[in-house]
Amino acid sequence: MLGNVTLMEFLGGFKAVAHHRPWPRFVIDERAWKELIHQLSVSDWSLLGIWGDGSEVHAAFRDDEADPEAVAIATLHCPERKFPSLSEVRPGAIRLERTLRDLWGITPVGLKDDRPWLDHGRAPTAPLSLHKGPKPERPHAYQFLPVEGEALHQIPVGPVHAGIIEPGHFRFTCAGETVVRLEERLGYTHKGVEGLMAGKPIMEAAKIAGRISGDSTVAYALAFARAVEAASAQDAPPRAHWLRALMAELERIANHLLDIGAICNDAAFAIMLAHALTLREKVMRAASFCFGHRLMMDKIIPGGVATDLTREGAFTLRVLVSKLHVEFERLVDLYDDQPSLQDRTVGTGIVKSELAHRFGAGGFVARASSRAGDARLSPGYAPYDQLDLTTPLLQAGDVSARLWVRIEEVRASLSLLEQILGFMPGGSHLRPIPTRGGEGMSLVEGFRGEILMWVRLSEVGKVVRCHPRDPSWFQWPLLEAAIEGNIVADFPLCNKSFNCSYSGVDL
Amino acid sequence: MNGRFLLLLARTLLKGPRSIATPAMDQDSIVQLGANLAERAHAKLGRSLRIREVDAGSCNGCELELQALNGPVYDLERFGISFVASPRHADVILVTGPVSANMAEALKRTYDAAPHPKWVVAVGDCAHNGGCFAGSYAVLNGAQSVVPVDLTIPGCPPEPEKLLAALLALLDKTATGE
Repeated sequence: MLGNVTLMEFLGGFKAVAHHRPWPRFVIDERAWKELIHQLSVSDWSLLGIWGDGSEVHAAFRDDEADPEAVAIATLHCPERKFPSLSEVRPGAIRLERTLRDLWGITPVGLKDDRPWLDHGRAPTAPLSLHKGPKPERPHAYQFLPVEGEALHQIPVGPVHAGIIEPGHFRFTCAGETVVRLEERLGYTHKGVEGLMAGKPIMEAAKIAGRISGDSTVAYALAFARAVEAASAQDAPPRAHWLRALMAELERIANHLLDIGAICNDAAFAIMLAHALTLREKVMRAASFCFGHRLMMDKIIPGGVATDLTREGAFTLRVLVSKLHVEFERLVDLYDDQPSLQDRTVGTGIVKSELAHRFGAGGFVARASSRAGDARLSPGYAPYDQLDLTTPLLQAGDVSARLWVRIEEVRASLSLLEQILGFMPGGSHLRPIPTRGGEGMSLVEGFRGEILMWVRLSEVGKVVRCHPRDPSWFQWPLLEAAIEGNIVADFPLCNKSFNCSYSGVDL
Repeated sequence: MNGRFLLLLARTLLKGPRSIATPAMDQDSIVQLGANLAERAHAKLGRSLRIREVDAGSCNGCELELQALNGPVYDLERFGISFVASPRHADVILVTGPVSANMAEALKRTYDAAPHPKWVVAVGDCAHNGGCFAGSYAVLNGAQSVVPVDLTIPGCPPEPEKLLAALLALLDKTATGE
């Protein structure tokens, strides 16, 4: 039967937890967990996330082969505060398990990397568990992986970087100008969001959710709202779904514009950034006019949206879309007409398709390396089932491919905006959430890729536990591979073409 | 060629320039700076400021609006203000984020590396008092807990125009020494 079992067949025999929506959560024993690891080694099931919860470990999977809508969570009770690691069969789990160990004090047995990740030794140990320990006397001395060879030198960069960007440390080992190895050390922006959200009323927690990664505030607020709505078994009104999609596509366009400009800027082509920032500003102003906030923060809330779109707002957006159609194509032509610029982007920072699959990556990083997948389409959510959307898929896996995926996604989002503005239903935009306990999960496509949000609500309408998994968890490790063999000077270019979130993974 | 020129002329006359007009100096900032800079007000820098930005655990929302300042629409550099890569070149340390425990030392060391006289600007509600992250085991509740803050620009995130108006007030104070 090896490899012939579907995810649902495998987990279906176990006890499903009541009030977990929309996908089931099964409690399995350690023997079954080990069997699950074996199944993972012979199947293509994607690991969507792994996180701690008291003395339990939850791992979410999707069976891409059998049915991409087959999503399920496996839960293992760990009274001895240890569990068999998934890292051998799903390397994307490595940093998530290191984080789980840091925050919950639960040990992944078999995980080769025993270094802490988010825990820098500057805050209490195992802060989310009942076995919370005091802050160590001095911070951890982090051991970077050894690199051996003739005439190698190291370049340490960060956590404070040269530009207006987030903090993180990059350790380059180079032979001359060529990068032999890059090792990332993150966790500098760790704010303890999971600890903060626990015990908060839903609306307060929603504000924190919208600030896990500010550039994806709409996507995160949407993911949180959908998870809460799943947990309390009440859907938002139809118009709210359309308004949410409207905001999500505006956010996608705004971010892609900045990325397209910034990538070219890092290849000494500043005019692209100047034009892109001008276009982006138009999107931000339209968002501010329509919803009252440039980034549309706190505008998607559990139950619907906070602000309805007025007739003037809809008109403003129609004008914006028709202008962008023309002006964005001019920007694309400008890029396409510069062989010297493409000389920098083509063939630089290649991510092999096999690696994108192995780490279960999503978003433009995956789609530029032949790995498809878009949460808007599968498992899918309203209103995208009623809209015409195709996601681009390229093979080259280089900086240029990641840039072209963004270009195609801006085009697709502009078309989506037109469709949404054309067909948006009327009616109410908010239906208050009933005070009801339950567990819910959502998968939402942000501009970087798929965001997972899992939430447990108490009977009195508070958040008991919430876990957000940023798409960058499965993209950061690929950057380490992409830069290998490239010159140091091309790192900013590669890094910008990934544009991973620091805050999103630092939690 | 002539036709094209006329078209450009007409468009510029009708639409105006891409950059926004100079915003008025932010009054709240002037009052705040008046109180905070009392002792260092005699340090005169001339009409130029160099800023080293430090993200001390922000959600990256503030960074987006700060980046907008560099773009053609807000064009910070026309006022003599610009962002620099090294604290050694900076007059201003601009802090965003609630100051995570993991960034506190890096922020302090960046501040220490900047030459005197120097000013600290806390941007956003998080850098002001921790914002919605205040009270977490992993944050220090604002820039003030690590470095002396001269000017706070509240907002989540503050809009670019507001950032610009506040920075112009700082520029004026450091230039006139009043």
